[in-house]
Amino acid sequence: MTAVLQRMGASTLAVLATLGRATLFFLRVLLGVGEMLRRPGLLLREIYSVGVLTLVIILVSGLFVGMVLGLQGYYTLVDFGAEQSLGVLVALSLTRELGPVVTALLFAGRAGSALTAEIGLMKATEQLSGMEMMAVDPERRICAPRLFAALISLPLLAMIFTLLGIIGAYLVGTAMLGIDGGSFWSQMQAQVSFVDDVLNGLIKSVLFGLAAGWIAVFNGYDCLPTSHGVSRATTRTVVVTSLVVLGLDFVLTALMFD
Amino acid sequence: MVGRSIAGESGTIPHLTGLMPCRILAALFSQPPGKQSERMSPSQSSVDENPLIDIRGLVFSRGGRRLFDGIDLSVRRGEVVAIMGPSGTGKTTLLRLIGGQLRAQSGEVRVAGESVGDLRRRALYRLRRRMGVLFQSGALFTDMTCFDNVAFPLREHTDLPETLIRSIVLMKLQAVGLRGARDLYPAELSGGMARRVSLARALALDPELMLYDEPFAGQDPISMGALMQVIRQLNDALGLTSIIVSHDVDETLSIADRAYVISEGQVVESGTPEALRSSQSDWVKQFIQALPDGPVPFHYRAPSMADDLGMGRS
Repeated sequence: MTAVLQRMGASTLAVLATLGRATLFFLRVLLGVGEMLRRPGLLLREIYSVGVLTLVIILVSGLFVGMVLGLQGYYTLVDFGAEQSLGVLVALSLTRELGPVVTALLFAGRAGSALTAEIGLMKATEQLSGMEMMAVDPERRICAPRLFAALISLPLLAMIFTLLGIIGAYLVGTAMLGIDGGSFWSQMQAQVSFVDDVLNGLIKSVLFGLAAGWIAVFNGYDCLPTSHGVSRATTRTVVVTSLVVLGLDFVLTALMFD
Repeated sequence: MVGRSIAGESGTIPHLTGLMPCRILAALFSQPPGKQSERMSPSQSSVDENPLIDIRGLVFSRGGRRLFDGIDLSVRRGEVVAIMGPSGTGKTTLLRLIGGQLRAQSGEVRVAGESVGDLRRRALYRLRRRMGVLFQSGALFTDMTCFDNVAFPLREHTDLPETLIRSIVLMKLQAVGLRGARDLYPAELSGGMARRVSLARALALDPELMLYDEPFAGQDPISMGALMQVIRQLNDALGLTSIIVSHDVDETLSIADRAYVISEGQVVESGTPEALRSSQSDWVKQFIQALPDGPVPFHYRAPSMADDLGMGRS
């Protein structure tokens, strides 16, 4: 019994210590913003590897999620004779929820895991330590550009995902299901609000980007410098990012939409 | 066996003397400009009362083990000092303490008059720019070519134009004999070559202090000999101060001016290589002559064998 309590206490303390380290790490990385602005090339390179290289999976997933949403939405709406509102249904689902959330989940799998593995391996092979001894701060040189690249890329990717989804639903709706294209767009335009729906969705994806970047970079930087440590950190990045994104999404949805 | 005499031959190697101008160039362009004036000229190397590294009463423990228990150690400018000891005595840790990556629990580590443990981040980074470290693994950036690896510290710390960086990098690579390997990635190099590229990178900013972590481990005899010469000659030609952490006794002693032997958290013996070789201490004799039996146990601390195998129980 005492052993169980002891173990629970120890793991609680370990989690709290990790949270503390993550917070301090985040603050130190924030101090690297100035240096990053002076050398935008570093940030652009990371936006390319974190954002641009994630485009394919986002484009394809966006299109297919939109197409499936179009089909399912149609089957439900047609029972009520409301199939002309398909555009509204699809656009609201995508801008408010699916766009930010699914993009963040895909991002964690594609880019977050890569970031963690890269930084973790750099740590395991003493590259970070070597950099420190060359008087270059890895938190600013390595971590800051990657974190901010995630923060910038994720909202853009989410927008692209949403756009592709709507196009997918439009294609399915008009070509396969015989919905009128004009009412698809006009109803969407009338019912979807820029501030309530589009902007709130964007705010969500900015916060998800921050969470995804922070978790990925910190896990790499904080991992045990062994092969097992790197692999565990990579897995943890994907799991923790997914859970945080889902939890955060619930909270944000409760706060944003009433 | 390469003797101590190679120190005197340093002037005969043209590629090393060729390194001298780039120190002046780097000093001219380095940012901020005032920094280079802190550098001392090799002619001051004989000043005894002002050692470059001064360690007093160093105590450091990690993971419940006391690695250092009151170590005193000093390195004068211009010297090559070896720090030797069996595996696990914390030799690498000592380098990390000198570089400020770890902080001592008590005692003081002074480098160039500054107490490393008390420095704030900015001052510590400024001090590190005057040090070069050769890591045991080489620690090269795997996603950059050899050229970019050597250019990295120059690009980070100076505003030198790219043409000048190219010249400096090629000179540094020439000094380690790898100018032709500039476009290779670290994965394409052998371990010994990677370590030499890493040495070129450590020298890129013309440090005044070089720290070598096990430079001879895993080197074949030819590159070992070449590396020994390079380390000694660089030290003399560029007026560096070098610390070599190693347990390759013969190789290290043949190029060192002085050596410290560390064990169980204490300095067991120190002095010139000749003094160490003629030491009367059983411990030092065992270490230097590589005798399997003596005061140093082969076995890590453990309960008795009979207990471990369950035969001691009644």
